[in-house]
Amino acid sequence: MKSPTPTPLSDAHGLPRHLRRPGSVVVQWSLTLIVVLFLSAFIIWPVVNVFRGAFSKGVDQYVKTFYVPTPADTSTLSRAEKRQLAKDQSQAERTREAVMMTVSVAAIVVPLNTIFGIAAAWAITKFKFRGKTLLISLIDLPFSVSPVVSGLIFVLLMGRVGIFGDWATHLNWPWPWSAYWRGFDVSWFPIGFAEWKQGVIFTPLATALASAFVTFPFVARSLIPLMASQGVEQEQAALTLGAKGRQMFFRVTLPAIKWGLIYGVILCTARAVGEFGAVSVVSGNTNANDTMPLRIEKIWQSYNTQQAFSLASLLATVSVATLLLKIFVDRKKAQQSLETSPGKTAQGAVK
Amino acid sequence: MAVLRRSVLPGFRLSLGYTVFYLSLMVLIPLGALVVKSGTLSWHDFYTTVTDDFVISAYKLSLGASLAAAAINGVMGLLVAWVLVRYRFPGRKIFDAIVDLPFALPTAVAGITFADIFATNTWLNAYGNDWYRVTLVLIFVGLPFVIRTVQPVLQDWDTETEQAAMSLGAGPVTIFRRVIFPVLFPAWISGVALAFARCVGEYGSVIFVSGNIPGKSQIVPQLIIEKLYLPPDENGVTGVAHATSIGLVLLLISLSILLVLNAIDYLSRRHDR
Amino acid sequence: MNAALGTIAVSLTAVLSFASPARAASQALLNVSYDSTRELYEEIDQAFVADYATRHAGQKPDVQQSHAGSGKQARAVVDGLRADVVTLALGADIDAIVKGGLINEGWQSELSNNSSPYTSTIVFLVRKGNPKAVKDWGDLIKPDIKVITPNPKTSGGARWNFLAAWGYAAQVKGHDFSNADSAVAAEKAGKEAKEFPAFDDAKGKAFVEALFKNVPVLDSGARGSTVTFAQKGLGDVLISWENEAWLAQEEYKDQFEIVYPSVSILAEPPVAIVDKNVDERGTRALAEDYLKFLYSEPGQEIIAANHYRPRDTAVLSRYADKLPAIPLFTIDESFGGWTNAQKHFFNDGGVFDQIYKVNK
Repeated sequence: MKSPTPTPLSDAHGLPRHLRRPGSVVVQWSLTLIVVLFLSAFIIWPVVNVFRGAFSKGVDQYVKTFYVPTPADTSTLSRAEKRQLAKDQSQAERTREAVMMTVSVAAIVVPLNTIFGIAAAWAITKFKFRGKTLLISLIDLPFSVSPVVSGLIFVLLMGRVGIFGDWATHLNWPWPWSAYWRGFDVSWFPIGFAEWKQGVIFTPLATALASAFVTFPFVARSLIPLMASQGVEQEQAALTLGAKGRQMFFRVTLPAIKWGLIYGVILCTARAVGEFGAVSVVSGNTNANDTMPLRIEKIWQSYNTQQAFSLASLLATVSVATLLLKIFVDRKKAQQSLETSPGKTAQGAVK
Repeated sequence: MAVLRRSVLPGFRLSLGYTVFYLSLMVLIPLGALVVKSGTLSWHDFYTTVTDDFVISAYKLSLGASLAAAAINGVMGLLVAWVLVRYRFPGRKIFDAIVDLPFALPTAVAGITFADIFATNTWLNAYGNDWYRVTLVLIFVGLPFVIRTVQPVLQDWDTETEQAAMSLGAGPVTIFRRVIFPVLFPAWISGVALAFARCVGEYGSVIFVSGNIPGKSQIVPQLIIEKLYLPPDENGVTGVAHATSIGLVLLLISLSILLVLNAIDYLSRRHDR
Repeated sequence: MNAALGTIAVSLTAVLSFASPARAASQALLNVSYDSTRELYEEIDQAFVADYATRHAGQKPDVQQSHAGSGKQARAVVDGLRADVVTLALGADIDAIVKGGLINEGWQSELSNNSSPYTSTIVFLVRKGNPKAVKDWGDLIKPDIKVITPNPKTSGGARWNFLAAWGYAAQVKGHDFSNADSAVAAEKAGKEAKEFPAFDDAKGKAFVEALFKNVPVLDSGARGSTVTFAQKGLGDVLISWENEAWLAQEEYKDQFEIVYPSVSILAEPPVAIVDKNVDERGTRALAEDYLKFLYSEPGQEIIAANHYRPRDTAVLSRYADKLPAIPLFTIDESFGGWTNAQKHFFNDGGVFDQIYKVNK
C-alpha cells in the first residue's frame, strides 16, 4: 500500500472534472453496466432462484418441507392418502432433525475453534518465539485442503481399518441431548446421559470433527492481524497497574478484540453450517447424520426440487444474514482498530 | 520450538501449549494419516496411480476449469473492484455487499441452484459441455477473492500519479497499464491464486453440474470418491490407498500455489522497500 | 463469560473421562441399502415397526436407513458404518463386506431364494411419446441418441445395466420367470453352467463400447442418473431399474414412458445380516426379524407396490399388469456369478476402464 492517506471517496468520478476526457462518461457507464450485469448473473440470479424455487408451489408447500400437520379428521382419508401423510410427516421430521444436527454441530465446533483461535492469536501476537511463521502456515493449512480430502483423512484415521480404527470403533461417547441430572449419588459428576453412541466415523462425532477441521483457521485468522496491530502496551499497562492475568484478559484484551472475534466467529459458523464435501464423506449417507446441506442433496435426489430449495432457502437466508452482520461488524472492527491502536493508555480499562 | 521470551505478559506457555496441542489433534495428526496411508503404496504404484489416464484428465479438468474461472475472475474482478471503488451509481452499496455471498452461501445450495438454472434455461446449455458448466460454477465460487484483494489497494490509491500522467498526455489505457496495474499487481495476483486454489478443491457445488465421465468430465474430488469406494481387488488392496495418493497430489498442488503466492508477495514487498 | 468458559471446559473433560457409559438396551437398527430403494424401505420400515410393536408389547425399534451407490455403501460398512443389515444391489458388494470380515461366509444360503427377497430387471425410460423411437437395446447405439446410466464403479444398478446390454449383444439365453417351472429350470441352469463364452464375446464388447459413446453423464448412483434424466432434462433414454423407472414416471406424471426391451437381465438384489455388528450391538434377533418381514406377505405386497418383483407368486400375479413378463437371463448362467463378472468387467483395469481408454 503506497499512499498512507486514503483518497476521499466523495469525488464521485475519481478524477477532477477538468481532467476528464469526452467519452469517459460513456466508458464509465458501460463499465458499470457490465459489472452490474456480471454480478446480477453470477450472484443475484442464483440466489433469487433459490427463493423462487422454494416458493414455486406456494407458502403452504414451503411450510410442509418442515412441518406437516395431521388433519383433524383422519378417518376420511383413503389408505394411500394415510400412507402418503405418514411419509410426508416422516420426511418433514427428518428435515427438522437435519436442522437440529446442523445447529448442534455448529454449537460444538464454533466454541472449540474460538477458544483455539484466542489462544493461538495470543501466543502468536503477544510473544516472540522461533517457528512462529511455521505455526501460522500450519494454522492456515486446512484452507488449502479440498473438502473431500478433509473428510477422507478422518476415514483414514478413525475408519474401522484406519490408523486408530480399533480404538475409535469401540469408543463410547454420550449423546449430549440425552443429558439428565442424576445428582451426586453415582459419582462426583452430577450429569448422566440416557443415550451413548459408539464409534466415531459415520456418526455425528465424525461430522463434528470434519467440520472442526474445515473451520479451524477462521477465528485465529481474523484475530491475528488485529491483535498484532494492537501490540502489547495496553496489557502491560494493565499489569503494571496491578491487574491479575485473568482481569487483564477479560477487561483489556477481550474488549479490544471483541469485534474481530465476533467477525471470526461469524465466518466460522457460516462455514460450519454450510460444509458439504467433508461431512458428506464421513456421514455414511445415513439419515441420522444428515446436516442441512446433506439433507438438501437427499431431498433433491427424491425428485423434490421445491422442498430442496425450501431447505436451501433457510441456508441462503442465514448467509444473507451473515453478510449483513459481517458488514455491521466490519464497521465496528474498523472503528475498534483505530480506537485501540497502540499508544493509547490503558488506564481507562483497568479501574 | 525454542523460545525467545521477552514479554512480561502471562499465559505464554498455556496459550502456545494449547495451540500446539489442538493444532496437532485436529490438523497435524489427520493430515499425517494422509501421508502415512499413501505410504502404504510402493513408489511405483503411487506413480502409476497418480499418472493414470483418468487421473491425469481429472487433473486437467479440475486445474483447467479452475484456471479458466480464475482468469475470468481476474479480469472481471478487477473491473468490479474498479467500478465499485471509483464510480458512484444507484445500488452500489448493495452490489458491494453481495460480492461476499459466494463465501457465505453453502456449496450444496450453489450446486442445486446452478443445476436448476442450467436445467430450466436450456439456452445456457447451447454450448453445454461439462467444461463450460463447471467453469461457470467455479466463477461463482471464486468470485469474491480478486475483488476483495484488489479493492482495498484501489481505495488507498492516491489519484495524484494518475492525474500527473494524464496531464502529461497519457491515454486511459496507458495509464492503466503503466501506472495503475503495476501497483495493483501483487494484490491482484494473490486474489487470482486464492480463487484458483479454492476452485481446485471445490466439490459440493460442482458435483451437481458435472458429468462424472471418466477421462472427460470427472473432477479430481469426484475421482477420489470413486476410488475410495472401489471394492478391494484380488490382492486385497482397497481403493483407499489410491484415493489417498490422488488426494495427496491435490494437496501438494494447492500448497505449491500458496507457496508461489507467498513468494510473490514477499518479492513484491522487498521490491517496495 | 469467564464462568461459562470454565463450565464448558470442565464439563467437556468430565464427560469424556469420568462419566461411565450406562448403555440402554439398543433397539435401533440400521439398514444400509442402495440408491433406489429409499421409497421402498421408507414404507417397509413403517410397516415393520408397526408389525413389530404388535408382536412385542408395543416396543418400537428405531429403524434408520442409509442410501447411496451400492459399492460405495459396501465400502462404508467395511470402513465402520455400523449397519445391522445390508440390502444391496448385488452379491459382489456383500462379498466385499465378507472380505472385510464383517459378514460370515455362506450368507447367501441363510435366507431363501439366494437371500434375495425380490428380483428386478433393467428397463428403459424415455420421454413422452418416445420421440427417438427407442424399442430395444439395439436402438441405444444409434448416433443421435443420448443415453443416461450411472457409473458402474460406484453404482450397483449401473453394473446390472452394463451386463444387461452385454448379454443382449452376446445373445445369451433368456428365461421366462413368470412361470414357476421355467424359473426353477433357469436357476438349475445357472448352477450347472461351466463355460461362459459371453465374457469374450466380441459383439458384446463392441456394443457396450458404442453404447458408452452415447453416454454424456455418469452419475455416481442410480438415483443421481434418474435426477439427471428427469430433472436436468439430459438424454433421450435412461437405462434404469424397473422400479426406478416406474417411480420416476409416477413422480413426473405424463412426462415419461417405460419401454421394456426384448430381453433383459434378472437382477437379484440380496440382503444379509452384518454378523459382527449385530453381535456387538445385540441386535441379531431384531435384524433377523426385519429381514424375515421382507419375505412375509405384507412385506412382499409392499415390495410389489413399489414395482419390485416379489418372490411370492401369488402377490406377483396380482401385479402382473405392472410387472410384465419378458425373457430374462441370469448372471449365474451367463457370467458365472458376481465374483467373476466384477473382476472381469469392473475392477480397476477391467473391461469398463478399457472402454473408456478407447473412447478417449
